[in-house]
Amino acid sequence: MRRTLVAIVFFGALLLIWQTATASGRWSPVLLPPPWLVAQYLWDAGRDGSLLEATLVTVKRLLVGYVIGIVIGLPLGLLTSTSRYLEDTVGALALGLQTLPSVCWVPLALLWFGQTEFAMLFVVVMGTMWSVVLATNSGARNIPPIYARAARTMGSRGVDMWTHVILPAALPYVVSGMKQGWAFAWRSLMAAEIFVTILTGFGLGQILQYGRELNAMDQVIGVMLVIVAIGLAADKLLFSPWERFLHRRWGTGLK
Amino acid sequence: MNTPSFELQAAPPAKLVVEGVSKWFRTPRAEVQALDNINLRVAEGEFVCLVGPSGCGKTTLLDIMAGLTKADNGRVLSDGEAVDGPGRHRLVMFQEPALFPWLDAFGNVMFGLKRKPGLSDSKRREIADHHLRLVGLETFRNADVHELSGGMKQRVALARALAPDPSVLLMDEPFAALDAITREQLYGDLQDIWHKRRKTIVFVTHDVREAACLGDRVFLLSPSPGRIREEFTIPLARPRDINSPELAAIVQRITLALRSHLVESREAAE
Repeated sequence: MRRTLVAIVFFGALLLIWQTATASGRWSPVLLPPPWLVAQYLWDAGRDGSLLEATLVTVKRLLVGYVIGIVIGLPLGLLTSTSRYLEDTVGALALGLQTLPSVCWVPLALLWFGQTEFAMLFVVVMGTMWSVVLATNSGARNIPPIYARAARTMGSRGVDMWTHVILPAALPYVVSGMKQGWAFAWRSLMAAEIFVTILTGFGLGQILQYGRELNAMDQVIGVMLVIVAIGLAADKLLFSPWERFLHRRWGTGLK
Repeated sequence: MNTPSFELQAAPPAKLVVEGVSKWFRTPRAEVQALDNINLRVAEGEFVCLVGPSGCGKTTLLDIMAGLTKADNGRVLSDGEAVDGPGRHRLVMFQEPALFPWLDAFGNVMFGLKRKPGLSDSKRREIADHHLRLVGLETFRNADVHELSGGMKQRVALARALAPDPSVLLMDEPFAALDAITREQLYGDLQDIWHKRRKTIVFVTHDVREAACLGDRVFLLSPSPGRIREEFTIPLARPRDINSPELAAIVQRITLALRSHLVESREAAE
């Protein structure tokens, strides 16, 4: 209750500063629109459905690409953890490509796939996958060997060992890798949408870009707020439950 | 092993047989013999302790019995069948509890049960709850591993090892990391459970008192290479108190023997 209050006061103060700054008249309202203009844009765009449609297009690209990235990255990470050779080859490749800012995939994706949904998906998958591979690999390698020994004596082996011992034991690593993958995917998708017009669907990045071209700063800031909100929602809905579970079970970070 | 000669063998039937087991460890620099021609017969329902100083290969021997390590020579028979890899018929309790932090106490006890075929799920739950009661942790059924004290963790590990009703229970210094008070409590619990269940137990320790308190027989191992040097039968009635004077007398005898073997093997090394 008290924490909610503190948060409300903090964000209220930010709005007030923003309002005061625009009311002072020192900056052109074209460059810095007052909060109510942004609110007006969000209201209108929300009512005519354009904002919701763009959000759905973007979130769908993100989720589909993200899931594909995990579905490929998780087994690949487990696989690289099984052998020194795989770590020296596939692991090194993953490390290299993970350090590559994923927006760098955009030009290549465009040349390979053209201005299609597939190009967007490709960028998101590349943003997600390598982080997941690396985190899963190091997670599986850092499991105390005693877990596997105990599990073997209890009759666990093969697929059962992977799914019921190694993966859950590596979960703290895997979840943080998934979180990083999400952040990379989200950034690269926005960059791709701002760069490229895909005719099969206008995402948030494209609306943001049109806002710039039309000098509609209220639209630019409004869309930015939506992007922030999606990021926060993803954190709360996708990752917080997992992290709470991990903290509770592992007894870490209780503060 | 369905040969007639096997059936004619003298009773009681051995639950676990170690036959001429030797083991070498190869490092880039040298080859070290860890175990030399170990022979051992453990009868059904017997509590056997292996005692020796660190480095005598007792943990290696236990690993070989469990099937976690392969012997270079010799073999281990469990219920008359050669051991080839780990399996749920010979469950191990390690020095660390080795509980899985992603499961609660109940989930940990269920782990082995879930991998035992031929049980309904409700039966498995019933067995798991029964064993949590057996180790006195029924109120901690849904506790997370980090919420349990060291002694409680080892009790959950004991319940986890007992629940699938293994043919043999192998214990590798399971109480070594606990404080003395908790340890003495667990000696009582373990004797009580052993009395009720008549499990065949092989218990490895470096603590002579612990071995004499728990075992029907105590085998003395000496290091480099690990050999069985002597066997003691502990005639005391159960439950035994680790602080009783009768026990102290036996402990003294075993300790003296242990010391003389140590001197011998040191002289042999020189």
